[in-house]
Amino acid sequence: MKIYLKIWRQSDAGSPGQLVSYELDQVIPHMSFLEMMDTLNEQLILNGDRPVEFDHDCREGICGQCGMMINGRAHGPIPHLTTCQLHMREFKDGDTIYVEPFRGAAFPVKRDLRVDRSAFDRIIMAGGFVSVNTGQAPEANGIPITHEQAESAFDSAACIGCGACVATCKNSSAALFTSAKIAHLAKLPQGKMESGKRVLSMVAQMDIEAFGHCSNTEACEVECPQHISVLNIARMNWEYTLSRILKK
Amino acid sequence: MELNAKIPQGPLKDKWSFYKDHARLVNPANRKKMDVIVVGTGLAGSAAAASLAEMGYNVKSFCFQDSARRAHSVAAQGGVNAAKNYKNDGDSVYRMFYDTIKGGDFRSREANVYRLAECSAQLIDQAVAQGVPFGREYGGYLNNRSFGGVQVSRTFYARGQTGQQLLLGAYQALMRQAAAKTVTLYTRHEMLDLVIADGKARGIIVRNLDTGEIERHSAHTVILATGGFGKIYYLSTLAMGCNASAIWRAHKKGAFMACPSWTQVHPTSLPQSGDYQSKLTLMSESLRNDGRIWVPLQTAEKRKPNDIPEDERDYYLERRYPAFGNLAPRDISSRAAKERIDAGFGVGPQLNAVYLDFSKAIKEQGKEKIKEKYGNLFDMYRKITATDAYTEPMMISPAAHFSMGGLWVDYELMTTIPGLFALGEANFADHGANRLGANSLLQACVDGYFIAPYTISNYLAGEINSKRLPTDGQEFVDAEVQVRAHLGKLLAINGTKTADHYHKILGKLLYDYCGLSRSKKGLMYAIHEIKQLREDFYQHLKVPGTDDEMNGELEKAGRISDYLEVAELMCQDALTREESCGAHFREEYQTPEGEALRNDEQFCFVSAWKWQGADKEELLVREPLHFENVELTVRSYK
Amino acid sequence: MDKKQVLSTLLRKTLMALTGLFLCFFLVIHLLGNLQLLMPPEQAKESFNSYSHLLSGNIFIKIISYVLYASILIHCLDALLITLSNRKTAGKYAVDKRGASSKWYSRNMGILGTLILIFLVFHFKDFWYQYKFGSLPKDESGHKDLYTIVIAAYQDWWYVLFYVLSMFALGYHLLHGFFSAARSLGVYHPKYVSWIRVFAIGYSYAITIGFAIIPIYIYLTQHVLWN
Repeated sequence: MKIYLKIWRQSDAGSPGQLVSYELDQVIPHMSFLEMMDTLNEQLILNGDRPVEFDHDCREGICGQCGMMINGRAHGPIPHLTTCQLHMREFKDGDTIYVEPFRGAAFPVKRDLRVDRSAFDRIIMAGGFVSVNTGQAPEANGIPITHEQAESAFDSAACIGCGACVATCKNSSAALFTSAKIAHLAKLPQGKMESGKRVLSMVAQMDIEAFGHCSNTEACEVECPQHISVLNIARMNWEYTLSRILKK
Repeated sequence: MELNAKIPQGPLKDKWSFYKDHARLVNPANRKKMDVIVVGTGLAGSAAAASLAEMGYNVKSFCFQDSARRAHSVAAQGGVNAAKNYKNDGDSVYRMFYDTIKGGDFRSREANVYRLAECSAQLIDQAVAQGVPFGREYGGYLNNRSFGGVQVSRTFYARGQTGQQLLLGAYQALMRQAAAKTVTLYTRHEMLDLVIADGKARGIIVRNLDTGEIERHSAHTVILATGGFGKIYYLSTLAMGCNASAIWRAHKKGAFMACPSWTQVHPTSLPQSGDYQSKLTLMSESLRNDGRIWVPLQTAEKRKPNDIPEDERDYYLERRYPAFGNLAPRDISSRAAKERIDAGFGVGPQLNAVYLDFSKAIKEQGKEKIKEKYGNLFDMYRKITATDAYTEPMMISPAAHFSMGGLWVDYELMTTIPGLFALGEANFADHGANRLGANSLLQACVDGYFIAPYTISNYLAGEINSKRLPTDGQEFVDAEVQVRAHLGKLLAINGTKTADHYHKILGKLLYDYCGLSRSKKGLMYAIHEIKQLREDFYQHLKVPGTDDEMNGELEKAGRISDYLEVAELMCQDALTREESCGAHFREEYQTPEGEALRNDEQFCFVSAWKWQGADKEELLVREPLHFENVELTVRSYK
Repeated sequence: MDKKQVLSTLLRKTLMALTGLFLCFFLVIHLLGNLQLLMPPEQAKESFNSYSHLLSGNIFIKIISYVLYASILIHCLDALLITLSNRKTAGKYAVDKRGASSKWYSRNMGILGTLILIFLVFHFKDFWYQYKFGSLPKDESGHKDLYTIVIAAYQDWWYVLFYVLSMFALGYHLLHGFFSAARSLGVYHPKYVSWIRVFAIGYSYAITIGFAIIPIYIYLTQHVLWN
């Protein structure tokens, strides 16, 4: 396959960037998208050019490090997939592929396709945890949790923090990411204890980080590699309102 | 030279209690004055950093990923073992200890392994308290599944993402401490050297991967929890960034490496499909609970798997190991697969795979049940291969996975450098020559949550009078000069081949000659080739850009320069161990049936290697293993 | 962006939801009143005018009407605030196909809302203002004859068209808005969420068709059937 690429190149956060065209011959349909990018970089290095910086690590869809806008869609054209799981068989010979970084005021570009997603860490830091020290834990079977409850908590907890929800949101809202953690912990007795305080501080941090409002378009759920449900957002809204009302 | 593992006195089951009762403590006022560096934010690193910060130490946490949550523990799928005996199937701490010792082919320390089993129950409590959503039964109690190499169900799981959920628990504990300002986070920082002052580990040199800046950080103790280096095989189940650099550079500063050649090759990974491939995706071993492994009975089979009748299939694991069948331990399963593939029975376009078939389980339990257990794995399989494993068998093949070897540590997890600790996969401790499934998450967590807090306090209690070491001292200056020189050297070559080019060649070499099976001839050849490759590397490597900017290629080149040295030591290690044990299979030492032939007379020891300088052979130091509680038997799963 | 906002993003959305849902409720009352226009002309005139009279006199209704004005105002201003802030936070792409993963009307609530607002200006001017401040003739019962004004207004095809198109804008706005409001207020139980979704769709169709059919009916009855 021959592929034409238009890739966002930007040397650092302060500089302007632009789309640069590349051509790549001998792309194999079984290649993953990132392996195609590796091939391009190999070619660039040997030609004496600077290779494209992009985020990636585990390449099996779980670490959440990779993420690009491919042809205007977060993680490419297939729903519920990370960039590393996208394969070139989804494209045709002669296709032009546009590759841009995830964008949003809270996700500044560091270089080329690498973005700074540390805002997510700070949201978790604001309260996305159970306040238990090592050694304080009681017997694990002490508090029964129904099968459904545990499964539902897992569904929320499965978030990989890739940021596709923000990238695909027209407002760059982090509602899905933030709510997934709030819901995960609110659904379990261990996390329930602090849920009121947690939701207030996590939402406040989310706002400080310059993420937008949630318009409930549900695009985030479609792009989410882990199928995180938008009902988590509803849960967050519920917990938030409740907590505001009950707050002394 | 004697290696002292510092095993506490007393009967096996009292050793850890004895240690905890007698370990020295640091009073809370002094803890505030002591700095701890933790490199790596996987389960071991995050758990240790969070636990030590909770105690009141000042912790600096480093990782090369852009968030602590992305460390490769995240990718562990199947589960975590614990001797809770919730299933009432006869499990106990001792049985778990025995399974692990036996699984490791009697090449690990009794005391360490017993402690691992002993702390396992506590870990489940801890994780549940953190909000880890383990699988539960309908009555609300925790569920277990069985796993390779054992006959009880002791594996706790969170669907197929147990590692992710445990890591998020640890990550959240870490972030909680970061919010409390007891932990300072340094993401996108890579450790490039260890700083030693007065013979003790007192700091590290790191590179900020976003800016290229070289930084110096000092502390009273340094903990390396940097994971395994299976990525040295290039094609592996590891993340692209996994590396040996931190432990290797510590090794070059005096920390011994133990049994570096013991690498677990995982039996259930997706096969390689071409030269462009950058990694092999792991399919959880838990699939072997319900999946049956087979190859066609005849070579060059052209029919589709579903068209091959039952009596023309060879369920070789069930045939060779009737007692354990498809749940035979990893080393045995991988080797059995390789045996069939090498004999020409492999399937798939490259004839490099075997089938993993769920049709029987789906028929017996229903598709829904299978979906609930492994849904995400089947989804993943479909995403990567565009094949529906509910209707057609999966194709799997062995892939480099876990490093049993690593920095040599004593019972306190301290390396041969005082003040330098190694936790989790980065150390050599509990798994012997082969790790049992679902023990890696356990070991990483236990090291981080339950062992390091005691042993590090014990060490720091002796350091309360040592002041913070200024980073402008000679030790730091020298280390930084060395680091800069190495980066400069890599950049200056300006040749014609990329770092990946060398990595691929090295990986293939290791997989062929120091992988699932090894021979003297092959290993000697590999050592020769590696030396040549290293020379070529320093003549023809091409690294674009500079060292004072973000430069992914420079990072890679640095890691590969280390791999080229590690690889040689791995071969050396495999060459000197003239026996077969666990994952280490020497072709010269096997039974007539092709099983591993251990030599307890001569090789019942841990090989610890001491760096002697760039052009010198490493020195082998033996730590004899003493077995007082178990009898060394032939490890049979028949 | 550093200081903590008094009105968090979530609270702003709650406000949108509450005011929006109140407007939804009002639409039902409004539609029920308007449906009287579908009765035979004489009966419709009597009924509609006395209903209008009832609405203008009652103190309870008066309070509701002030809540209504406030809701419209808050809904608009809050929307403006949200849109302006979203504009600052939103990522912009050179090639943007993000639309593939959501409904067009859910992404364009601002535009739909603006269309409705423009419609409202005319609507208020033509009927509400006339009724409140204009000099309307009286009908047989002595009530202001709004009925005749309404019938007169729908004599022009372009006005009917404008009205009907506006109702479609309203329809799409409701299609997303109603259920989005429930989401913002935190209905998270999957069962009730799906009920609300079904109800919201039914509601939106009913309101749109209900309001749109009246001018069409009047236009047709005046021009086609009786001429």
